[in-house]
Amino acid sequence: MQNHPVYTDNDPQTELSTLNLGPTHPATHGVFQNVLQLDGERIVSGVSTIGYIHRAFEKIAEHRPFYQITPLTDRLNYCSSPINNMGWHMTVEKLLGIETPKRVDYLRIIIMELARISDHLICNSVLAVDTGAATGFFYVMEYREAIYEIYEEVCGSRLTTNIGRIGGFERNFNAIAFSKLRKFLKEYPVVLKEFENLTKRNRIFVDRTKDVAAVTAETALNYSWSGPILRATGVDYDVRAMEPYSSYEDFEFEVPVGENGDVYSRYLVRNEEMWQSLRLIEQALAKIEKEPSDIFHADVPDFYLPPKEEVYNNMEALIYHFKIVMGEIPTPNTEVYHAVEGGNGELGFYLVNDGGRSPYRLHFRRPSFINYQMYAPMSKGMLLSDAIINMSSLNVIAGELDA
Amino acid sequence: MGKLTNEDLLKKINDKFKDSVTVLGEPFGLVTLETGREQIIEVLTWLKNEPALQFNYLTDITAIHYPEQEKSFGVIYHLHSLTNNVRVRLKVFLKGDDVHIPTATVVWDGANWMERETYDFFGVIFDGHPDLRRILNVDDMEAFPMRKEHPLEDPNRVDKKDYFFGR
Amino acid sequence: MSDIQLVDAPPGVEGAGFFATSIDKVIGIGRANSLWPLPFATSCCGIEFMATMSPHYDLARFGAERLSFSPRQADLLMVMGTIAKKMGPVLRQVYLQMAEPRWVMAVGACASSGGIFDTYSVLQGIDEIIPVDVYVPGCPPRPEAIIDGFMHIQELVKTESLRRRNEPQYQKLLASYGIQ
Repeated sequence: MQNHPVYTDNDPQTELSTLNLGPTHPATHGVFQNVLQLDGERIVSGVSTIGYIHRAFEKIAEHRPFYQITPLTDRLNYCSSPINNMGWHMTVEKLLGIETPKRVDYLRIIIMELARISDHLICNSVLAVDTGAATGFFYVMEYREAIYEIYEEVCGSRLTTNIGRIGGFERNFNAIAFSKLRKFLKEYPVVLKEFENLTKRNRIFVDRTKDVAAVTAETALNYSWSGPILRATGVDYDVRAMEPYSSYEDFEFEVPVGENGDVYSRYLVRNEEMWQSLRLIEQALAKIEKEPSDIFHADVPDFYLPPKEEVYNNMEALIYHFKIVMGEIPTPNTEVYHAVEGGNGELGFYLVNDGGRSPYRLHFRRPSFINYQMYAPMSKGMLLSDAIINMSSLNVIAGELDA
Repeated sequence: MGKLTNEDLLKKINDKFKDSVTVLGEPFGLVTLETGREQIIEVLTWLKNEPALQFNYLTDITAIHYPEQEKSFGVIYHLHSLTNNVRVRLKVFLKGDDVHIPTATVVWDGANWMERETYDFFGVIFDGHPDLRRILNVDDMEAFPMRKEHPLEDPNRVDKKDYFFGR
Repeated sequence: MSDIQLVDAPPGVEGAGFFATSIDKVIGIGRANSLWPLPFATSCCGIEFMATMSPHYDLARFGAERLSFSPRQADLLMVMGTIAKKMGPVLRQVYLQMAEPRWVMAVGACASSGGIFDTYSVLQGIDEIIPVDVYVPGCPPRPEAIIDGFMHIQELVKTESLRRRNEPQYQKLLASYGIQ
């Protein structure tokens, strides 16, 4: 707070200026528009406009069978697509009552935690860029590529992964995937440590982020915040710990919390979560050793597509393939809410089913959308440059914001 | 953690709102209640402030459309008690020609955008909302796209020939 | 031996102490190797563009590391991601603000055709509102594909006539979009 100008009511300026920030502003990392009233450099009020990439996910989902909704979830929070994919698969599995084998759960945890690392990695390194340190970004982006290479071995795709299927994975992890994973686990901690050294006690970084946009736990809960930014305010709400899914209860990990909910605490929470994710992956790798290595999906022929060579050569597989694709298998007529801890917070799927092949109604509880609504109110009285930092630390992803 | 069971919750609700809240069931362990729009704010406030329950976290507000039913719009609230780690789902059904419901922004500030989104998609009008405008769609849109009668695809397209799609 | 490759000189007449060629070829080479892209990144493809810019793929090799966020100074508009109908006028405005010569690259399925989002809210391809030079397929395209699209733009730029805006067919194209 040292060098900030003091704002008083008898400020010499008599007129406010209006600044239209966005929707294509380089400092906003996406399509967010904020019309700000400025008194000098201080924000007096702001109005957020969103919806610039509204793609009607929920409407499309009502017209698609369950397995075709996975590609839509990819494009919600595209920095951590696998978490969305698997969150959706687990929702459908909950609806259909499918029990997944332990090995599938552990493999899922590996992929989801890698996704969390890549999500937090982007957020924290971009935060560093916004405070003026581009080096860290270029350095750690190289390791996001390493994560993408692991995805590629598992599902063939980099960003919009469409990874896994209802009931497990489409194919087993190959030896290259495991060796790349081990290489990543060996190399990444060194890099993360170095990245921390670059920023954590860096005078410029700390001055720019400390006590900026501090939020109390009460306000955060009042605005339904979730994820790292809620934990930075000191509330230890993590869906992985509160309502364990995908066998998170078998693992030892800590839920880091911050002190005063400012940008610096959010940065620290995200960094610590990356360390915890690495810990989880290590544990999952050790646990997989004890499981039979050829299991990668649940034994549910009614919902899991058989391999193509069997479809062509085996009558039973062909029938199942036909039934799944044509949607002739009855599904329960009920409703289900399932939440996973996404990169930005509680990612919920509220699915109302009427027994058909596609949902009657599917609603995504999108953390970015709910987290972002406090942005304009909390910007009041903030300096413009602090508001920019605040936006990057909220890590609002446009795809998830607008759905 | 986990001190509050669904039975306790249902008993408490039954004691307090015997006539105005009905229990719809517990799909997948999530207590689902129905109430009317007259009581909804009272119920939400009570659930939030009752010391034994403390449903202090508003997870989500959304809506659903059943065109065949007389009360064709349902507004659905998901609440979460972070202290007890219990969730609850509340539903309010509204008649298709009278889609008014009081706003929950008086209980949680976070309800603001959730209600705007619900209005934008379904046309449910939240009385008393501070700023009930469209949020995701363009401002001059007239229809409410998540209603079942609204088509998914843009009806004004000219480049799309039905015979390419086997229709 | 350094592995840095230099751009070949254009065909011309060479002799002792002089080299003669036509000015449009020289300017074409200069333009092609110093394009300033304006990344109009809205969604997933923008994240792949980040990967393209970062050291692993390194768009700087093509002389395009200087991103121009101001349309006034940009040569190449790279539209990456879904363009919703709400965003359409903004994109058009950005295009109109760019100075000639200007090129447009539609990166990814959404920008090219609307992609999987055939819905009431999504523009079915940016070529409904602005002319496009190169389309890059993929959802999202891999960084290699984005680089390939960029190299196609470079080829176009090299062979473009210096005064494209005066050509009748170019003016006809712009007029069909209602742009003066």
